[in-house]
Amino acid sequence: MFDIQTQLFDSQDIRFGPIDHEKDPEIESKWTHDSEFMRLMETSPARPTSAAMIKKQYEKLEKQIDENKNLYHFMIRAKEDDRLIGKATVQWIEWANGNGFLRLGIGAAEDRCKGYGTQALSMLLRFAFAELNLFRVGAIVAEYNSGAIALLKKFGFVQEVCRRQSLERDGRRWDLYIFGLLKDEWQNQPRS
Amino acid sequence: MKDLFRGELIRFMLEEPETYAKAEVRWQRDTEFHRLADGDPAQLNSEKKIREWFEKQSEEGFKSQRYFFSVRTLAEEKFIGHLGLWMDLIHSEAWVGLGIGEREFWGKGYGTDMMKLCLQYAFLELCVARVSLGLHEYNPRALKSYEKCGFRLEGRTRQDVMREGKRTDSLWMGILREEWLLRQNGDGR
Repeated sequence: MFDIQTQLFDSQDIRFGPIDHEKDPEIESKWTHDSEFMRLMETSPARPTSAAMIKKQYEKLEKQIDENKNLYHFMIRAKEDDRLIGKATVQWIEWANGNGFLRLGIGAAEDRCKGYGTQALSMLLRFAFAELNLFRVGAIVAEYNSGAIALLKKFGFVQEVCRRQSLERDGRRWDLYIFGLLKDEWQNQPRS
Repeated sequence: MKDLFRGELIRFMLEEPETYAKAEVRWQRDTEFHRLADGDPAQLNSEKKIREWFEKQSEEGFKSQRYFFSVRTLAEEKFIGHLGLWMDLIHSEAWVGLGIGEREFWGKGYGTDMMKLCLQYAFLELCVARVSLGLHEYNPRALKSYEKCGFRLEGRTRQDVMREGKRTDSLWMGILREEWLLRQNGDGR
């Protein structure tokens, strides 16, 4: 069981932290030059983005968080050297309905398949259900993103919607899935 | 060429901001209408605010790829509701939302006629590959109407919305261009 002493932003190998406006832009800029990563993260067209542009995006993001109050954004850092490895977001929160959507990405190829995503999603779910007190969370995933689908299923997410042929990439159309997890499903799942 | 803006019961046009705002103020007081159309909490807005919002939407329509129509009945020339399309140009998809604010026109085929005209516009004029929409499970009339137009239910986000203390599902529907074309039987609608 969790209790109030269990840190929300601290896991075995990673931690959530705020944006570092000095150091992070250069690293995130590198990720945007990896078209495979960008196509897993975004449905908008992938394009390389400079550190200066990323810096502007951070400022816009922080302004949006202040104004809209329906978005929580975390940088994921490796505890061993505090380097930036990814980002995690709860977005599109509807407070009256108690719902929101999750986004998660591990940026550099060498940081993938090390369990960081699992630890990050575990923290993000606890934050969504035990801190924001949401009733349900959703996640939108393209059918070709098998890594994300496996991760969501591991946490008990149910594939609720199949938006047929909603995405066009590489000259063909792909389905877009909406996954969902309810608070009681999260509470009742076995935890290590 | 087909008349893109004329159905069997209704036609698409764009009301002047004043007319639109006056009707919308009245419709917003009907919370059943609001709850059928929207998932956000009901809100009452001033005529001024609605007019300014409408003017801004009309101006921004071109750059934001948003297509918005007012709907009038053919018989009475009465402004009864509206319909909007949001385009995703990259993936060739349009999202549609519609509402009939004048309650006496509910359940009489006006919504179905609006949606049929909208699909014709989306596939023949916007040339999208797919049209999508979302609705509440407590709106079976809409579900039936959309199925009649050829939409397929693609799933439900469980217990998505809280209404009157109860959690209800949101339903998601879609229709592909090939599916729509197959249904036309040469008559275009």
